[in-house]
Order: sequence, then C-alpha cells, then structure tokens
Amino acid sequence: MVGIATYGVYIPKFRIKVDNIALMWGLNPEDVKRNLDVHEKSVPDMDEDTATIAVEAARYAIERVSLDVGSIGAIYVGSESHPYAVKPTATIVAEAIGAGPTMTAADFEFACKAGTAAIQTCMGLVQSGYIKCGLAIGADVSQSAPGDPLEYAASAGGAAFVIAKEGVMVEIEDTCSYTTDTPDFWRREGAPYPTHGGRFTGEPAYFKHIIGSARHLMERTNTKPEDFDYAVFHQPNGKFPAKVASELGFTKEQIQPGLVVHKIGNTYSAASLIGLAAILDVCEGGERIMLASFGSGAGSDSFCMKVTDEIKKYKDKVPSVQKFSENVLYLDYAGYAKHMGLI
Amino acid sequence: MREVAIVGIGTTKFGELWDKSFRDGFAEAGVKAIMDARVRGEDIDALYIGNMSAGRFIEQEHIGALVVDCAGLAGLNIPATRVEAACASGALALRQAYLAVASGCHDIVVVAGVEKMTDVAQEKIEDLLASVIDREWEGFVGATLSSLYAMIARLHMHRYGTTREQIAQVAVKNHANAAKNPDAQFRRKITIEDVLGSPLVADPLRVLDCSSIADGASALILAPYEIAKKYTDTPIHITASVQKSSTIALHDRKDITTIDSTVAAAKEAYEVAGVRPEKIDFAEVHDSYTITEILAIEDLGFCKKGEGGKFTEDGKTAIDGDIPVNPSGGLKGCGHPLGATGVRQACEIVQQLRGRAGERQIKDAKIGLAHSIGGTGGTSIIHIFERRD
Amino acid sequence: MTVPRFWREIENRYNLIGTKCKKCGTYYFPPRSICPKCRRSGVIVKHKFKGTGEVVTYTVVHSSPENFERQIPYVLAIIKLDEGSTFTAQVVCRPEEIRIGTRVRAVFRKIAEENKRGVIYYGTKFVIA
Repeated sequence: MVGIATYGVYIPKFRIKVDNIALMWGLNPEDVKRNLDVHEKSVPDMDEDTATIAVEAARYAIERVSLDVGSIGAIYVGSESHPYAVKPTATIVAEAIGAGPTMTAADFEFACKAGTAAIQTCMGLVQSGYIKCGLAIGADVSQSAPGDPLEYAASAGGAAFVIAKEGVMVEIEDTCSYTTDTPDFWRREGAPYPTHGGRFTGEPAYFKHIIGSARHLMERTNTKPEDFDYAVFHQPNGKFPAKVASELGFTKEQIQPGLVVHKIGNTYSAASLIGLAAILDVCEGGERIMLASFGSGAGSDSFCMKVTDEIKKYKDKVPSVQKFSENVLYLDYAGYAKHMGLI
Repeated sequence: MREVAIVGIGTTKFGELWDKSFRDGFAEAGVKAIMDARVRGEDIDALYIGNMSAGRFIEQEHIGALVVDCAGLAGLNIPATRVEAACASGALALRQAYLAVASGCHDIVVVAGVEKMTDVAQEKIEDLLASVIDREWEGFVGATLSSLYAMIARLHMHRYGTTREQIAQVAVKNHANAAKNPDAQFRRKITIEDVLGSPLVADPLRVLDCSSIADGASALILAPYEIAKKYTDTPIHITASVQKSSTIALHDRKDITTIDSTVAAAKEAYEVAGVRPEKIDFAEVHDSYTITEILAIEDLGFCKKGEGGKFTEDGKTAIDGDIPVNPSGGLKGCGHPLGATGVRQACEIVQQLRGRAGERQIKDAKIGLAHSIGGTGGTSIIHIFERRD
Repeated sequence: MTVPRFWREIENRYNLIGTKCKKCGTYYFPPRSICPKCRRSGVIVKHKFKGTGEVVTYTVVHSSPENFERQIPYVLAIIKLDEGSTFTAQVVCRPEEIRIGTRVRAVFRKIAEENKRGVIYYGTKFVIA
C-alpha cells in the first residue's frame, strides 16, 4: 500500500518569545499568549531560507533509512516563501541530496497546505507505478507584517516525507480534500507580506474546510474519531486545532503529541507535517492517525494513516521534533528583525 | 651573468594622496630616481613596473604603455612590462629588471612600483583584496586576507605560546621607526595598549595589527656594475634575487604557521649571496600584518620557528637590536600601496647602505635583505643587497 | 561570481564532492584535477566527502567584503575533513563555542547572493558536531 517510507524535519535554532513581540507593539504579553496559546516561535538564521530548511529536512529523511536517492522519481516542495519567484526550490533540493537528473520536480503553492498537496501528488505517481519513490516537502520561513497578529506565530521550519509503495512505515489508507475559492488570506505579487481577513479566517475558512475534509474522509473510510489513536491539524495557533478537534469529536489526548505550535509557532507549509512527525516520533506500530491540513484560499487535505511495525527499526536515527527544541537561542526583537530582513 | 647594481632611487610619500593620480605618483618617483642616478631618458633601455591591480582600482590595464607615456618616454619606444604577484608585485618587477640586466639583455633599466588604492570606495576594497587569496575557495566563502592571517596568528599562539602582546610589539616597533621616516604614512608612536585596544578586524587581529590601504610609488634605476660608477658614487650590489611559489590557498599549506615559499627562497638567496642569516645586518620584511613579520623572521632564519614572538619582545629586531627589521617602519608604518611596497623596501635598503637614512641610520650597515610576499605566501621574493665599495 | 562559474561548482559546494588520487590515496577538497604528489602518473576520481572533521584554526571576522556584512561577526575556520583534506569554511556557532580541535559536521546554508535580483549562492557551512 502506498505510504510514508521515511520522514525528516528541520527547525532552526533561534527563537523569539511572544512576550518580546507583544511588548514591541505595546500589548500585554499575557493577553496575547492567552488569546493565541502560543509562547514562542522559531526564527531562521540569517543564512537560512526555505531551500536550506527543505534540504536539511530531506537529508534527515534520507539518512533515517539510508534511502537510495536513485529511487526518487519526483521532488515537490510546497512553500509560501520560495527563495525565487521563478526558479524552483525543488531542483536545489534535488541537487543537494544527489537525486536526478532522470526525475520530475516542481514547486507547489497553496498557502499552508502546499506540503500536503505535494504528498498527494507523490501518492498518485507512486500508486500508478510511474515512480518508485516521491519526495514531498513542506517548508517555510513564514512572512508576516510587523505589528500584524500573524507576527506572533509565523515561524520557520520544514518537514520532508518520502512516499513509496514498499517497506513503508506508515500506510496512507486514504486521502481526500475539500477545496473552495475562499479569499481568507493572500499575498499579491510584489507585496512583501500577506493580508488576511481577520476573523473571516476562522469559521468560513479554517473550520469549514478542515471539518469538511475530515468528515468526508471518515465517511469514505467508514471511521469515527474513536478509531484513531492520534489526530493532527493545521496549527496557526494553539486555539484553532484544539477547537476543530473538539468539533470533530477528537479528544485532547489524541491531539496532544501532534500539537507543536506552542513552542515553535506556525511553520505554514510545514505546520501540520511537523505535527505529524512529532506523532510518528512516539509511535511504535499499529497506531491510526488522522491528519487534516489547511491552506488559505482555501482547502484542506486529510489523510487516514496506519503506522506499521517498520517504524520501530528507524527510531532515533535522526533528530526528533523534540530535539529541535533543545538548546535553542533566544533573540530580542532587534535580533529577530535583523534575521527576518526587516532591517 | 653580470653583476647588477642599483644606481638611483626615488619614492613619493605613502598615504592617502587624494590630489595625486596614478600617473602623478609614477612620474614623481620616476623623476626622483632618474635625477638621483644622473641618467638621461635616452639611456633607458627598459622599464619594469610592479602593480597589483590597476585594472580594478582604476579600471586601467596596459600599464606598461601608460607609464612610459606619462614619463615622456614613449617617443623613445622603450619596452615596458607590467608584472603582478599580488602584494609582491614591486619585488617581482625588481627581479625581472635584475634578470634583464644580469643576462646582458639590457643595461639601464627602470624599476617602478605603483599603486593607487584610494580612488575606489572603501567598502569595495575588502572584496578587491580577496583577489590575492583563493577567490574560489577562500574569498567566496567569506574569507578576507586579514581573516587568513588571523587564523595563522591563532594557530601560532596555540602551538608556540606566542602572546598577543608579542605580536603587537611588531606594530609598536614599526610605528616608532616610521616616526623617523618622512615618507611614511604614519608618523606617530603607538603602544601595545593602543594595538590591543583598537577595533577587531578578524580575531585576534585588530586594526593596528594590519597595514593600511595607501597610495604611493617608488622607483629604482638598475645598471650593470661594470658601468655603475658613471651614474653614482655609491652603487649598491644586488647579490641575490630569488623567487619561489607555494599554494595559493592557506588551507593547502603543509604547515599553516610556515610560509614555505619564504623558507625556500631564503635558503637559495643565502647560497647565491654567499652569506648565512647571521651575516645579514638588517632587513625590510613584508609586515602586511604584525603576525606576518613574526613568521618572516622565523622563515628567514633570524630565529627558530615558534620563537618569533619572544625574539621581537626581547628587542632583537628593534632599530638598535641584533638584527633591525623594518627600520623604515615597514608596511605597517609606511603604508602598503600593494605594487609599490617591494620597490620601497629596496629604496630604504639602498639609503641605509649609502649611510643616508638620517635618524633611522643603522650603524655599519653593509648587507641588507628585502623580503616580499604575495597574498598569504603563494609567492615569496627575496633580494640581498651589499655595499662593496 | 558569474552564473556559469558558480553552476560549475554546485556539486562541490552543495555536496562536498571532491577528488581522490587512486594511486597515492590522497583526498582533495577542494577538488584537484592534478595530484600534486603523483602529477602525471596520478589517477584522479570523484569522491564524496562524509562532511565530518575538526577545526585546525579559526577566526571571528569583524570586517568583511560588502555582501557578507550582515553576517558580521562570523566564524571562519580551516577544517580538516576526516579523509585528510583541509579547506576553508564558515562555522555557524557563537564565537565562544569554537576551539582548535572542535569536531564539526556539514550543513546546507546560503553562502551569499549576487545582489537582491541575482542568483543565490548556496553551499556548505559547518556546525559543531
């Protein structure tokens, strides 16, 4: 069955506390933290960008199982912050992992669900026999306007998944999506930061699409929330995923291991994927997982997955999600602004 | 091979010479040298000019033709050759001129070293200087000439126990010498505290550990010894002219704390001149950085490898020491217009050997050595000079 | 650096692909097409370096060329790769963390960019292992 043959993540070493951002803009830090349920977020180093993050995540995925890169037939990188507007990140990744040249590649964009769209595309190519393995990556150095509420959570990170049919550690039993034209969050060409619809990004966007996608998936697979051990949703802040989980009928315990936003923020295209990786880091085999991403514009991709025993063989081969939160370096707002290129 | 002598010298002041162009610099130094040698334009057979990077500093190549022309000698169709070996370009010009005269090919040859660095904006200069190191594998990843010498300094300190104060003493000594040199860029004495308190350039090297960007020009007139007395009462013999190369990148050296091209050049130069290091009365060495002089005195055999710091601290290289090094003030005190330096060193040595170095005069100076390096040691050029009369 | 000049070295810079002389067994990074030890009798082949090594010497750069200015102060080191080659690279760490002998491993980072509209130069830097 088609599934995940290996995975890897990368989160930069730097952090900024929500307190520093709130105080910069004259807000009460406790109010902000309570409102968003985010405490700190990851910040890229000055020589890191979506390409370097995607490469590090991909290299870890390959290292985990000593993957033969010659078997990679497709590489797709989903991001909202590709280093070039025209020139793919995927080819930089391909070169840096020694893959190709007889393979296909492209960059994806669909706000925060570009990574899961890449996974779905790889599934199609693998399932139909066109390729042996496909590498799907979601990575971002998330952009947000200084002073905008997005600034508290928009962070940097990447997750890479290799999709294959044989020797998978996670079987993807089914996937489906829910997609409409909903302008909840966008960025025009040439604009430095995205614009969003405020509260409009909630009910008509995030909740409608995730619920639509997850419910549709559970109908197709004839499953109920109780049938899952874990669930992970797109996490723009700590409140939304908790609320959507509850509405769908998932418990706090089911979503707990996959909720990483409190300490690393919202890594946009990597958000739900890093959450998935955090869950996989603690799986032993046999667990069933629900994942539903969300990308503004809008759409949600959901996956019904079953972890196999293969996963036990590859534990601790590369850094876990948790490891990236150890020995972090805190920046003040000035350092953050310099790292982000704001000054 | 014939014996070769220097019959005339001339130099401009070194410094930020805002109102002098590249051409002005050469003209001034050249005229001084020609007047000093009592040579006429018609006597000149060839011209060799050392210049690192006029192509980038003033967007001008074909320097040979330019220089002959602005000297008013184009009408005599004198052959002119520009040579480049990074910061050793001036010494290389001297070597080429020496070969031309020694071989019998030419008789009276003008040697010039010229560099005009201040016509380029300050922030562009670090990048320009990266062309003397390995652009591909050092400059591209963020290395600068200063950072490479800083890495040498750090390893020298780690391996031999050389201290920061010992390294700084080179700058203190050379600035004290430069204070007595009217052509030097820097005329003020400094202390070790001044050096160690100056801003960091590349740790552990600080601003006062580094020679400066400067403009300047120096010139020499060479002649076969057999006719030298026609032009001067004090011909100075060139008793050795040796050039050796090494890897361009510092990371490819066998020993990062030894400039093997200098060791090889020194060995051959002493053999050719028939002297041992102990016989050298004084030397002008390439102190592009304080640590570079420490390495030079070790690699030239004035002291053992690793002892350069202590040797300096003990005053052995002071102007009244056992072997005065850089009595002119060196690159540190005089300033370092890249292509001019190697020729300026020779001018100082000739002044000393003629007994006309004024306040800086070294007693009984008979044999002097000039040492010049390109980059971090990809090229080393050594000349030994002797006053025989 | 011009586009073709950078492109030519992508596999060297991204993946530490250098060369090895099969005759004398010496490894070369940066790559050499002629073995200085064997010269005409050398047999040069490509070699992918593991990316691990130790610091031979280092400095902290405070005065840099224009397009490295935002990174000041940065750590530059001569690194001896485990296969024996030494070469120059940046180490991403705080200046206090590095010593002569520190073990390091390769990571993929941005080295520089031509300018805001030009090509981005990616390559290898090191972190403390």
